[in-house]
Amino acid sequence: MDFNLTQDQKMVRDMVREFAMNELEPIAAEIDESREFPHASMKKMAKLGLLGVVIPEEYGGAGMDFTTLAIIVEEISRVCASTGVITAVNNSLAAYPIYHFGTEEQRKKYLPLITSGKSLGAIGITEPNAGSDPASMETTAVLDGDHYVLNGTKCWITNAEGAGVFVIFAYTDAAARHKGMSAFIVEKDFPGFSIGKHENLMGIRATGNTELIMDDCKVPKENLLGEEGGGFKVIMHTLDVSRIDIGAQGVGIAQGALDAAVKYSKEREQFGKPICEFEMIQDMIAEMATQIDAARLLVYRSASMKDAGAKRFTREAAMAKYYAAEVVVDVTRKAVQIHGGYGYSKEYAVERMYRDAKIIEIYEGTSQIQKIVIARNELR
Amino acid sequence: MKIVVCVKQVPDTAEADVKLGSDGRGIEMEGLPLQINESDNYALEESLLIKEDRDGEVTVITLGPESADEVLRMSMAKGADEAVRLADPALEGGDAWAVALALAKAIGGMEYDLVLTGCMASDDGMTQVGVTLAEMLGVPHATYVTEMEIGDGSVTVGRELEGGLVERVEMSLPAVVTIQTGINEPRYASIMGIAKAAKREIHTKSAADLCLDAGEAGEAGSRTKLLKLDYPPAGEGAEILDGTPSEASAKLANVLKEKGFA
Repeated sequence: MDFNLTQDQKMVRDMVREFAMNELEPIAAEIDESREFPHASMKKMAKLGLLGVVIPEEYGGAGMDFTTLAIIVEEISRVCASTGVITAVNNSLAAYPIYHFGTEEQRKKYLPLITSGKSLGAIGITEPNAGSDPASMETTAVLDGDHYVLNGTKCWITNAEGAGVFVIFAYTDAAARHKGMSAFIVEKDFPGFSIGKHENLMGIRATGNTELIMDDCKVPKENLLGEEGGGFKVIMHTLDVSRIDIGAQGVGIAQGALDAAVKYSKEREQFGKPICEFEMIQDMIAEMATQIDAARLLVYRSASMKDAGAKRFTREAAMAKYYAAEVVVDVTRKAVQIHGGYGYSKEYAVERMYRDAKIIEIYEGTSQIQKIVIARNELR
Repeated sequence: MKIVVCVKQVPDTAEADVKLGSDGRGIEMEGLPLQINESDNYALEESLLIKEDRDGEVTVITLGPESADEVLRMSMAKGADEAVRLADPALEGGDAWAVALALAKAIGGMEYDLVLTGCMASDDGMTQVGVTLAEMLGVPHATYVTEMEIGDGSVTVGRELEGGLVERVEMSLPAVVTIQTGINEPRYASIMGIAKAAKREIHTKSAADLCLDAGEAGEAGSRTKLLKLDYPPAGEGAEILDGTPSEASAKLANVLKEKGFA
């Protein structure tokens, strides 16, 4: 068992760490406040290959592995959770399913757009009445000659404001339930497609999160992704992959909070000495560091299983995502505590990190859903 | 156009508490991240801009232990064509003279039009390697360069002087130019570049390959001897003016008056 990163992975980590510190960290507080989608950052990241990490070079990607993608999402999230999840969504929720389930024509047409940042990608599963239970979605797709007509509303869509290519799920045969759901590649400019209200979120505020509205939206027949009726399979497989990256995002936010707490505890003096010399502060720091390492190892394990070609890593991806969520909420809470009153102020980044952390317990399957997945695997 | 860029791997001490090492002649390196010397990074970028502008070939060269390969590999990931490490424990621990001599022996045996390096190493702050190397190679040099334009067989550079002045100098090629930070905006390596660089070879050269005798290399070949590193002596105790901002400023005004500044 080798716990060391490869030389490539180390170099990517060093590069992304430097890039994130110089280019993303200085605007993280500003875009959190303004909710402005970081278009300029995306352009810079596209040039570095960060928007198509696991996509082969022939489609404009970098052809790297899933562990490297997790490292990238972690390093970006360490300074800016919004940019971290935009990266994760573009890579594993948009580019990946189009690569994995798409036809050669679909790959050639859409992947270069997404990997080059010309049209970022997003995914539309969730609806007002379909959260943890995606099978209860109400969006429909009806075949009409050479195109499908989609009707319905999606909500809480990360990247929506910045994206041009959407993977959208709808029922082609609602009576068949799971087996009647299909996936489609929908372009922003297709007739009948529009973007709804921009959500005002607690954290990850610069992610361009909006509703998607499809009102007799015409989607060419050839934009069906996978088979008709194969949509649920696309969701399940894609979420296994993307949960690795949401785990990585949690680890990144937590590491950023620990770094800030360690630095602050060395500088802040009370009772005549730096507060890091007090054992109750050390107790928190020891717990935080150990929690983060454990979560990171779970993330790396699930990523390296995918890299090794494992067919099933549902259990491991759910564990990585579930545990990283527990850790990031607890670690950011402790980081605010170590900062005391200052940590409760927007003057310090831990205030933002604490707000950003909570979403990890909610999106891409709540912690409760992850536990159901894990328990079902144990009880099989 | 063939360009050689001399780079050095240095510890990143920006965020660290620097502690003296046990031998008193170095610092405690454990836990310090290593990186390319800042002004060398600008020199590398300048070479890549020239390469892109006029079909050039860039070779990066360093003297250092195996860890310095990271700097060479990242340079190749950014676009350098070849990498050479002067890899021999006998070459290490030398002063600017010994380092310049090893570089001169290596570069002297190569075809080159231009040698670029940073104007100063952030660890020892000597600023000597570039100019000494130029003298040993017998070519002109310019230091603290913030502007550069390649001509026909020549290079015109702007040197940063005190008081905001810029001195423009023309030199025939080949030449050595030491680059000041801020001349350009160094790029990041793309992950595609990193994947390609991982497969590339780093050429190594020993003291024997460079035809250097034991007495010419490393510490033995140095003209200066580092005696010890130390902290500056603590100054006289500072006076801290406490109280509310208005009380403290009133006290400060009194002090300035007493000392005859106001």
